[in-house]
Amino acid sequence: MRRTWWIYLIGVLGLVAVAAPFLWMVLGSFKTQGELLRVPPTWWPNEPTNQNYADLFSKANFPRYFLNSTVVALAVTAGNLIFCSMIGYALAKLNFKGRNALFVLVMATLMIPGMVTFVPLFVLVTNAGLANSYPGLILPFLVSPFGVFLMRQFFLGLPDDLIDAGRVDGTSELGIFARIMLPLTRPALATLGILTFLGSWNNFLWPLVIAQTEDKYTLPVALALYSTGQNAQNYGLLMAGAVVVVVPVLVMFLAFQRHVTKGIAITGLK
Amino acid sequence: MLPFVALFLAFTAGPVLGSFGMSFTDIKQRDLRTPFSVNGVGFDNYVKALTDETFGKAAFNTAYFVIVGVPLTLVVALGAAVLLDRGVKRFQALFKVGYYLPVVTSIVAIAVIWRFVLSPDNGLLNTVLGWVGIDGPNWLASKTWAMPSLIAMAVWRNFGSAMIIFLAGLQGIPESVEEAGQIDGASSWQRFRHLILPLLRPTILFTSVTTGIGYLQFFEEPFVMTQGGPLDSTISVSMATYDQFGFGNYGLATSMAYILFVVIAVVTFIQFRLLREK
Repeated sequence: MRRTWWIYLIGVLGLVAVAAPFLWMVLGSFKTQGELLRVPPTWWPNEPTNQNYADLFSKANFPRYFLNSTVVALAVTAGNLIFCSMIGYALAKLNFKGRNALFVLVMATLMIPGMVTFVPLFVLVTNAGLANSYPGLILPFLVSPFGVFLMRQFFLGLPDDLIDAGRVDGTSELGIFARIMLPLTRPALATLGILTFLGSWNNFLWPLVIAQTEDKYTLPVALALYSTGQNAQNYGLLMAGAVVVVVPVLVMFLAFQRHVTKGIAITGLK
Repeated sequence: MLPFVALFLAFTAGPVLGSFGMSFTDIKQRDLRTPFSVNGVGFDNYVKALTDETFGKAAFNTAYFVIVGVPLTLVVALGAAVLLDRGVKRFQALFKVGYYLPVVTSIVAIAVIWRFVLSPDNGLLNTVLGWVGIDGPNWLASKTWAMPSLIAMAVWRNFGSAMIIFLAGLQGIPESVEEAGQIDGASSWQRFRHLILPLLRPTILFTSVTTGIGYLQFFEEPFVMTQGGPLDSTISVSMATYDQFGFGNYGLATSMAYILFVVIAVVTFIQFRLLREK
C-alpha cells in the first residue's frame, strides 16, 4: 500500500479546491469592509465582526426572504410528495386507457428545455392573476416530471401480490395506495422530498420574474438583486447573505446525503 | 388522481404546446391580457432569430461552452470517481459528500463567492497564482478569459453529479474483470483503458447526454456573473432568449427556445449514435 499516500494527497487537494471558496465565504462574512478590500487579502479575519449579519436584519429584510423561501420550498415539497407518488403509482400499477401515452408525455417533458415553457407559463400565471403571489411561486412546481419518474420506477419494483391481497381483503383502491403501498416507498419519498426542497430553495429564474415586490422575494432573488444593486460594493453583507442562503441547504444535505446520492443512482438524474 | 394529471398537463405539457404556437405569432408584452388576439407571422420569428447577430454570437458561445465544458466535466468526474472507487477507501463518504457540495449550492451564492475568487487584485485565484509568480488577468472583464472562467466555474459546480453516476457504474463492475487483467500482466492504465472504460460505455453515454443537455441550456452562470458581457462574449442562447423575453418580444423568445430545443434533440441523438453499444 505504498501508493496510497499520494492518492489521498490528490483527493485532499481536490477537496481543498472544492471547499476553499466556501471557507472563504464564511470567513469573509465576519470581516470588515476595510479588511475585505485589503491587498493582499487576509485569510483569517483580523478583527472579527458580527456587523454584516446585523445588517442583514437592519439594512435588508433577510428574515422575510428566509420565511418566503421556507414557505415556498415546504409547499412545493409537500405537493410533490403527494402528487408525484399518486401519478407514479397510477403509471406503475394501475391499468387505464392512455397510460403509456401519459408516460411518454412525462418523459418528453423531462427533456424539454426550461426556456421553452418559460414564456407561456409566465403568460398563463400572469393572466390567472397570480403574478407576485405565493400561489404563483408554488403552483407551477407542485408536480415535477422527475418526481413522477422516480416514484414510478420505485413502485414498479414492488410486487403486485400486495395489491391483490389488499383487494381480496376488500380494501378500497385508495386504501391500498395510501396504507399498503405508500409506506413501502419511504426511501423514495425521502429522496424526492430532499431533492425537491433543495431544488425549490435554490430556484432562481422563476421567482425572479414572478416576485415583483420586495415582500415576495425568495433568498436567491434577494441576494442576486443586492449583489447587482446599490449594495453591490458592500461585500461583507453579500458574504453574510450568501452564508444564509447556503448554510441551511448544506446542513440539510449533510443530514440526508445518503438519500440524495441514492436517488441519483436510481434515476440517473439530479 | 385525474385532477393531478390535469395539474401536470396545465403547467408542463400545456405550455410546451402553447409556446410552439406562440413562436409563430407576433405576440408581445402588450398582448399579455389578450393572448389569442395576435397575428400569425409564419416563420418570421425563426428567420429573425437565425439572422440576428447577437443570437449568432450566443450560438457560438454556447457551442464553445459545451464543446470544452462537457468533456472537461466528464474527465474530472471520472477521475474523481476512479480515485474514490480504487484509491480512497477510508473516509470515502467524506470525500464523496465534499465533492458533491457545490451541486446543492444556490448558483446565486456561488456567483457571489466566485466573483471574489476571480477578483483581479485581492481574489483567491490571483493571490494563489501570485505565489508562483503569475500575474493573473482580470478574469471576468476580459473578452478572452471570461468564458474559460465560466467554464471552470461550471466544472467546479457540476462534476459532482456525474461523479456519483460514474461511481455507481464503477461499483457495478465485478472485481474479477480487473483480476483477469492483472493475471494477463496488463498495467493499471491498460486495465483501465481496455477493460474498465468499455464496460463504462452506458454510463458515459448517460452522463454525456445529461451533462450535454444541461450545458446546452447554460444560463445562470453568465446571468449572475457577467450578464453576458464583456461585449457579449459570454452571452448564451438561453440568455439571448431571456433577453428577448425581457424586451417583451415573446414570439421571438419562444422561437429561439424552440431552435435550442431542436439542437438539443439533435445533439442528444448524435451522442446516442456515437456511444451506442457496438
